[in-house]
Order: sequence, then structure tokens, then C-alpha cells
Amino acid sequence: MLSASQIVFERYFEPVFEPVNFDLKSGELLLVTGANGCGKTTLIRVLAGILHPTSGQLDLKAAGMAYVGHYLGIKDDLSVVENLRFMRDFLGTSGTSCEQLISQVGLTRVAEQQARTLSAGQRKRCALARLLVSEAQLWLLDEPYSNLDQEGVELVDILLNRHLDAGGACVLATHGAHRPQWAGTTDYHLVSGAAA
Amino acid sequence: MNVETAKTNKPRKNAFVMFIHKMGSPPWFYNFTGKFIPWFWAIFIVLTVWGLYLGLVKAPADYLQGESFRILYIHVPAAWMSLLIYISMAIMAFIALVWRIRIVEILAMTSAPIGAAFTIVTLAAGSLWGRPTWGTYWVWDARLTSELVLLFIYLGIIGLYNAIDEPRKAARAACLLALVGAVNLPIIHYSVKWWNTLHQGSSISLMGGSSIDTSMLWPLLIMAVATKFYYGANLLTRARVKLLEQDIRKAWVREVLKEKNG
Amino acid sequence: MSGQAVNASLSRAFFALVRRDILLAFRRRTELLFPVIFLMVVVSLFPLGIGPGPQLLARIAPGVIWIAALLATVISLDALFRSDFEDGTLEQFVISGHPLTLIALAKILSHWLVAGLPIVLLSPLLALWMNLPGESLGVMILTLAIGTPILSLIGSIGVGLTISLKRGGQLLSLLVFPLYVPILIIATAAVMAASDSLPYTQFLGLLTAGLITSVTLAPFAAAAALKISLS
Repeated sequence: MLSASQIVFERYFEPVFEPVNFDLKSGELLLVTGANGCGKTTLIRVLAGILHPTSGQLDLKAAGMAYVGHYLGIKDDLSVVENLRFMRDFLGTSGTSCEQLISQVGLTRVAEQQARTLSAGQRKRCALARLLVSEAQLWLLDEPYSNLDQEGVELVDILLNRHLDAGGACVLATHGAHRPQWAGTTDYHLVSGAAA
Repeated sequence: MNVETAKTNKPRKNAFVMFIHKMGSPPWFYNFTGKFIPWFWAIFIVLTVWGLYLGLVKAPADYLQGESFRILYIHVPAAWMSLLIYISMAIMAFIALVWRIRIVEILAMTSAPIGAAFTIVTLAAGSLWGRPTWGTYWVWDARLTSELVLLFIYLGIIGLYNAIDEPRKAARAACLLALVGAVNLPIIHYSVKWWNTLHQGSSISLMGGSSIDTSMLWPLLIMAVATKFYYGANLLTRARVKLLEQDIRKAWVREVLKEKNG
Repeated sequence: MSGQAVNASLSRAFFALVRRDILLAFRRRTELLFPVIFLMVVVSLFPLGIGPGPQLLARIAPGVIWIAALLATVISLDALFRSDFEDGTLEQFVISGHPLTLIALAKILSHWLVAGLPIVLLSPLLALWMNLPGESLGVMILTLAIGTPILSLIGSIGVGLTISLKRGGQLLSLLVFPLYVPILIIATAAVMAASDSLPYTQFLGLLTAGLITSVTLAPFAAAAALKISLS
């Protein structure tokens, strides 16, 4: 679904991480781990097509990509429902209703509230609901567990397992406090370019 | 859906692109241009001395404008260069954006301050010439106004390049701005020219009116060639310094510095 | 997906975005008014600074109103991409696979609707203040109606380039004002020609040509600028 060969990204004329190679298939999870500052976020952004790799080849054959990063992409002035409805209209997807997705991530009580009133964890849940709205085959998750309570962490794992079960794929970057349980997991330890 | 893939690994056959890619290797560029720079500076100095001697001493005074027309030998070549450097910068900016070649980015960006300097010289010489001719240092003459707008565009490019921290991102942003400016410059030029006739601006132009005698033309041509060598010499000198600065931690720079010091 | 389906989904995305932006603008109604109030304040400064002589005011009216419109537009431009850039929505747009050019165009359109259109609607009042002759009022409104979208379009490139800077606003004015020169010249010439009872349609034609050119080119440049700013 997504393969990378010799991906290098340079900033200030230094490679951010050692050249990256992998081949991710349907139903697989690539777990990117590594210390702070080793370029996990940068790698995810390269894979997402936001950053252009300095060299190397990326080959993407997925029906849609969805991304949850540090900046969640939620509009403060819109309610949870409005945020999701907009994304649905924008992406042109038409599966489960937004209300159902909201109840799946446990935000029914605050569904009509403006996003600015939500806590960091609730905002994260809203971003997770957007993952579901996108109906994308490939998920790119950057620190999805941060800001979430125990229940929220379990929610991520449930959604992730369901996604992979259904033939999706996922690249997940985490600094490693919690790791999802999935049989088709490949560990990828990212090494900072400065270490070389 | 396909994510754009980097093009750097693919072999290319086109001779021009081959040359560009060879130029793209920093050590090669550094050594190759190092051989030319002294010659460029030398030719520039010889031509300038010669051109200024012919222009300021030998050429006869103009029967209409008297001695003040001699400013033309500075003003006109500088005005030509201010535009020519913009064109050269825009072409390099295009190459830099499409092929993502760092050295071309550097060349485009080091062109901007040189072009801005020529624009300032053009404006200063133009207003010095304006004092005896129009009786004032500044008139909203079409050519001067266009040069002023050109200066603002140069300053915008330099400002943007310096405002963004990551050097390659800064170069790409400023290159894009240079291209946008290149599309707009002809429109600005013609609209200003037309605006000037609309508001009945001054019609005496530095170049217009009297037919130019060959003894007055030669120094102008020599100065025009001299400024091109100046651009080449200055551009390459600056680009080499920039390259050393950016690659300060690379092996080839260490070798160069070792040679220089030891 | 077939070509038709792709087009349908693109136009749906386009209008969804325009609708969202207008909704967001109305959720922040006060901010919506700032450029309009700014425009009125700037124009009212001229009679105070120059003197209320009706003849002089009438003479400089086209220039004053247009320059005030340029300033008001530049003030409002930062809002074009700022919030989407800062909260990560722009990244979501890039991931969506929809062409960024189309997204830029949708955002420019909504920017014009909330920031450019009010200038056009307010211009009769400004013309009254500046004692603009009645017969050229229509031309004034027309030049603003054709010209302010060009300001948003060209401005979007400047915002795209400066959005990643904390103090992008100051640099932005340096980047876009030189590019606005031709519009200022042509638009004011049209109004002045109308004031002097001279033909002015050719100027409106030029402005329209400028609008068509910038609609075709500016969104591509703005999209490229945004891509660079996101890196």
C-alpha cells in the first residue's frame, strides 16, 4: 500500500533521519518508534505528502489517506458535529452518520458544543472521529495516544484493530509509552540523522 | 493516487540538464567557478576604466544637455543590468523550483541584492541627472517610477528570503515570488508608462532626443559589457561564499579550508 | 471514479469549503467589521488632512478610495489562510488529495465575499464623503467590483508565502503593494475619465482582462506558495 525506498529529508543541510525503507501492505501496522527529536513527525509528514523528500522514492497505492498530527485540524468556532459534517462534505464520503461516529468516540454529550470548549483529550477524540469520516485505507497517526485517558487509549486501539481487520494499513509514530497489540506489526526504530 | 517522487536519482541524457546537474555538485561548482572569477574581475576593471575614460574625458559634451549627459554612462548600463539581472534571476528561479537544485537556488538568491544595487544606482544617477535637467531631484518620470517599483520587488524578494529560517525553504519561497514578479513586471512597466503619458509627465528622457554620435556610443557599449562581467564576478563570488557557509560541516569544505590555511 | 464523478466531488468540496469559511466568518462577526471600519477611518482622514474643499476632494477621490481599498484588503488578507495554517486544517486539505489550487481558489472566493464585497457596497458612502461627481459613482463601483477580486487573488500569493512567519503581515504589504500598482493605475484612470466625461470602457476592459488572468494564474501560485510554507 505504501512503500518507501531510501527516503531522506534534509533540514538545515543535515539529514533529519537515516534513510528510511519499508514496504507496508494491507492489514499491516508500521510502528515508528524512537527518541524525541529523531524525526518521527517529519517522517510522517513526508509520508503524508506534506513535505517533499530530499531524495528517495515513495510509492503510494491506497484509496485515500488520513492523518492525525500535532495540530488536529479542528476549527474552534465550529461544533464537533459541524467539524465532522464539513469534512464529510469536503471529502465526499457517505458512510456511517456523523452522530454515530461521534457516539463511537464518546463525544455525544458535547457534540453540539463549539470545539474551543473541549479539553485536549476530547479534541483528540474529535480528530479520531474524522479518521473514520475519511474512510481512508491508509492512516498516518502521529502520537495518537497523547492527551488521552486510559479509556481513550483503549479507544484508539479498538479503532485501529477494526481498521486493520478491514484491510486498512497504518503508520503510527509513538515515543513508546504504550504499544498497540496487532499481529501484523512491524517495528521501525527511527535513527536521528545527526547520530551518524 | 501517487505521491510525487524525487527526481534526483533518475539518469538524464539531455546535455543541458546534464550540465545543470554537474553544476549541481557543490565541490565541482566551487572549483570550476574559482578559475573564472579573477578573470571576470580583471576584465570588469579594465573595461570600466577604459569606458569611463572614453565617456567622461574623450566624448564631446552633448549640444542639448551639456556635460550632465555623461551620467548616462552610469545610469543606462545600470538600468539595463537592473532588468537583465531580474530576467536572469527569474530564469534561475524557475530552474530551481522545477529541478530543486541547490546551487541554482543560491545563484538566483544572490542575484537579488546585486540587482537591487543596480536599481539603486539607476535611481540615484537618474535623480542626479534630473537636478540640472528638470530642476529637481525627483520627477515621476515613467522610467524612474518603473525602476522604483522594481526596487520594491527586489526588496520584497530579499526580505522574504531573509525572513524564513530554513535556507532551502526560504530560497524556494523567494524564487516563487521572483517568478510572480516576472509575470507582473511587464504589466507594471506598461501601465506606468501609460500612466505617465496620461498625466502628461516629463517628456525629456535620458536616452531620447538627440541622435547619438558614435564617439558617445562606444563608451556606453563598453560600460554595458563591463557591468555584465561585474555581475558574473560578484554573483559567483557571493555564491561560493554562500556555498561554503551552508556546507560548513561537509568534508569538501574542510578540504578547501585546509588548502587555504595550510 | 469516472471523470464526471470526480468533477462532482470536486465541486462539492469547493462549495463545502466556501460555505464553511463564510460560516466561520459570521461566527466572528466583529472581526468581519474591522477592515470595513478601517476603510472608513482612512478615507475620513483625507478631508481632515487636506482640507474640506469640495473641488480638491473630488479630484483626489478615486485615488483616495482606491488606496484605502488596497490598505483595507491587505489588512484583511492575513485571515485568508492564517487560521487554517495554524490549526492544521491546511495539512488535512493537502492529505485529502483534492488539488490545492482548487482549495486556494475556494478560500480566495470566500475571502472576497467577506472582505472585498463590503468594500464595494460601502463605496457609495465613501464617494459621498469625498464629493465624487455623481456620474462617475457607477464607474467607481464597477472598478471596485472588478478590481477587489484581483486584490484578493494576487494577495493570496503573498499570504501563502508569508503565512509561516510570525510577523508575516509587515512583510506581506511589501510583497503585494508593488504588484497592485497596475490595478491602482487603471482603476483610478477609469474613474477620472468618467469624472471628465471621457470614454472609460477600455479601462474596464483592461481590468476585466486582469481579473481573468489572475483567476487563471494566481490560485496555482498561491497553492505552490502554501506547499512551500507547509514544508
